[in-house]
This record gives sequence, C-alpha cells and structure tokens, in this order.
Amino acid sequence: MKELGVVFTLNGERREIRAPVHRTLLHVLRDDLGAVEVKDGCGEGVCGTCTVLLDGEPVSSCLVLAARVAGRDVTTLRGLSTGDEPHPLQEAFVVCGAAQCGFCTPGMILTAYAFLRDHPHPSRGDIRRAIAGNLCRCTGYTKIVDAIAAAASAAGTETRSRG
Amino acid sequence: MPAVPFEYHMPRTLTEALDVLHAHGGDAKPLAGGQSLIPMLTLRLVRPAVVVDLHPLEELRTVRRDNGILEIGALVRHRALERGEGALGACPLLAQAASLIGNVRVRTLGTIGGSLAHADPAAELPAVVRALDGTLVLRGLAGERVVPAQDFFVGILTTALQPGELLAAVRLPVLGARVGSAVEEFSRRAGDFAIVAAVAVVELDTLGRVARARVALAGVGPTPRRLSGVERAVVGEEPTLETFRQLLSGRPLEIEPDNDIHASAAFRTHLARVLTARALARAATAAAGRAAGS
Repeated sequence: MKELGVVFTLNGERREIRAPVHRTLLHVLRDDLGAVEVKDGCGEGVCGTCTVLLDGEPVSSCLVLAARVAGRDVTTLRGLSTGDEPHPLQEAFVVCGAAQCGFCTPGMILTAYAFLRDHPHPSRGDIRRAIAGNLCRCTGYTKIVDAIAAAASAAGTETRSRG
Repeated sequence: MPAVPFEYHMPRTLTEALDVLHAHGGDAKPLAGGQSLIPMLTLRLVRPAVVVDLHPLEELRTVRRDNGILEIGALVRHRALERGEGALGACPLLAQAASLIGNVRVRTLGTIGGSLAHADPAAELPAVVRALDGTLVLRGLAGERVVPAQDFFVGILTTALQPGELLAAVRLPVLGARVGSAVEEFSRRAGDFAIVAAVAVVELDTLGRVARARVALAGVGPTPRRLSGVERAVVGEEPTLETFRQLLSGRPLEIEPDNDIHASAAFRTHLARVLTARALARAATAAAGRAAGS
C-alpha cells in the first residue's frame, strides 16, 4: 500500500510520520503518535470528540487525511497546558465539575478555546451555540457552559486588572 | 478511517489537476474540504480508485468583485463566508447560509465549491445560488463552461459536471440598495441538515411594496426548487409576515417532497409554506433597512 511521508508540528514539536494515503489525522495522532487525548467517537465528523486545532481552527481529525497536515500546526488538548500547569479552561472544567466520563472533554475544551479567542465576552447563549457541534451524553451541558463562562469571565478580569 | 485505499494525487496547479482528472475520468474524485467525501469514503458509499486533492490550488481560493458580480473560488471555506471576509461581505446571504452549515469544524474545512458540487438536496448553498440566479464556472482540459444554477443541479448528488471537469468558481450578483435576503430553516437537531430550508430575496419599490421576489427551497425535491408561482403572487403586496402567510396558505407549491425517515411529504410541504413566509418577511425587512440606510 502506498505510503506518504508527512512532516508537521504537534503541540509545538516537529513530528515526522509515514502513513498510508487513506489514513486520517485521528489515527495518526492516536495510533502512531500516542496522542490518546484525542478521542475516537463517531468517525463521521458529527460528535466532536476528535476535535483538534489545525493552524488554530477547530477541525474533526477523523475527516482530515494525514497528507493534508504537511507543514501545518496541530494542537491537541495536551498543547493547551504549560508543563504541569493546566490551561484556565481546564482549571474551570475541574472547578465547575464539567467532566463526568470525560470522553467529550478534550474536544469540548479545544472548541471553547478557539471560540473564546474570537469571542472573549460571550453570553451563555453564544456559548451554547459555540459547542453545539460537540456532543456530551453525561452532563446535560449546564456545567460545561458554566465552566466556559467562568473561564471567559476570569480571563476578562485578568485583562482588566492588567489594563 | 476510510477503509478502502485509493490512489492519491496532490496536484500543484489547476492544469495538473485537470490532467489527472481527465486521465482517470469517472474513476477519479476531486477532494475539496473533505467534509462530505471523507465520511462517504469511511462509510464506503463511494469507492473512487483515485482521489485528487485540490488543497494546494491557491488559484481556486480567490474572491473578486467586478461590475456587480462577486466571483468566489471553489475552495473558499464556509468560515470565510460566515465571517464575510473581504469582498464576501457584499453578499450577506452567504454569511447567513454558511452559519447554518453543520458544525464549526465542518465550516473550518468545508468549501463553497465542495458543497455545490456535492449537491446534497438539503444543503443551503445550492439553494442560495439558485435563488440568486448565480452561475457556475466549470473547468476542463477543453476549456471553461459557464452554467446557470438552474442547469447545474441535475438530481440528488448529481450536477452538470462531467468526468474530468472541476467546479472552479461561482458567480453571484451583488444585490442593490432596495434588495434584502434571508434564509430560514428547520432541522431537528443543531448541526443536522435542514429538513427544509427557504432562501428569499426581496426587492421593494419606492412605496415599500414588493417589486420582485425570488424564493428557492432545499429539502423539497432532488434539487433546489424555485417557487416561481409564489414569486409572481407576492409582487405588489405589502411585505408583512401576515400577507405572506395568507398568500402561501393552501397554495399548491412547485415542489416534490419525499416521504423519508426524516419527515413526511406533508410535513415538508407545511415547513415549505411556513419557512417561505418567514424568509420573505425577513428579506423584506432587510430590504427596507438597506433602502433606509442608502
């Protein structure tokens, strides 16, 4: 079977892989590179558990052929934290009890991260619409919305106190 | 992952892409954003021998506005439409329609050309192009063909594109000062394809009555449908939701809705009336706003 060599950046580190041409980014990340924080859900781009950031924008890694990431930046949940220091969104998910089984959490946080970067002062309705493509079968979403709102408001406070 | 292997090409130029497509004819499938094709490969609904990845073709990513025509390259992404980036802001209908597509991840990678060439009967963008009487620019080794939207959409997932041809761009008219537009749709869950979507474009006369209207529906037949009878009937009317509701009530529509697992034909017909009235009213409000603002 024909294989392609692909060089890309994963969470700030240069990675070089060889993969069959029909392999998706999801399987490269999980099976070849051990990035199991990326979850394999529906495989059709609907559930959002395999969300990663491609050049900063959320994508379903199950719908991206590995060849497409050559020369690009891929960020998984692991890429948001700094060493052992969790990202404020991760912190907020813990504080608000926004994770139950945890399967949707990586995708949920990455979607929220990209959303808050573009919309720093969202309403709860904005947050609900932003995560509409990430399914959670445990929480009923309320605590997830709480966590994202808390992270947004903490970031707002920080910006104000700096200014 | 796509379980069935294929031969993969990533051409660097449009000519190279057309060469590969021409060489493999019906065995080759062009890959744009991949948000329909990759799941179809995974589910083995399609099994092309050859996939031609258009990703590097920057020439298909350009947007130009010229003499009241907006030309949008096939690889322009839904996110760019949704954000009204650059010249795309001249067509607010695109932003409205794109914001309804799938989820944010689909919009990050999905492209206008991919959606139009895929021609899902429930998709928003084909109905938008049909409502605006847009034209599609098709490129093949033999040259360019410009096809009106009404001839481009042929059937379910079927277009006028021939093997070896690519959709290069879509051309849409920029709407005038007294013209407004709107999209209304109903889906059971956020991110689902619409059961029915209605796109309306309304032009008001100086007295604030309907001078011209265009309506296209998705989800009520194999291709996007124009409601020419409704378009004629609303001319001269006061553009209120109540007027449009009354005009549509009980009126036979030029649609062929199917009974399927998503909805009955009767429910789709009901949605067609309700959503058309709402879209017309919102388009008229937008037109009045634009007239007042100019």
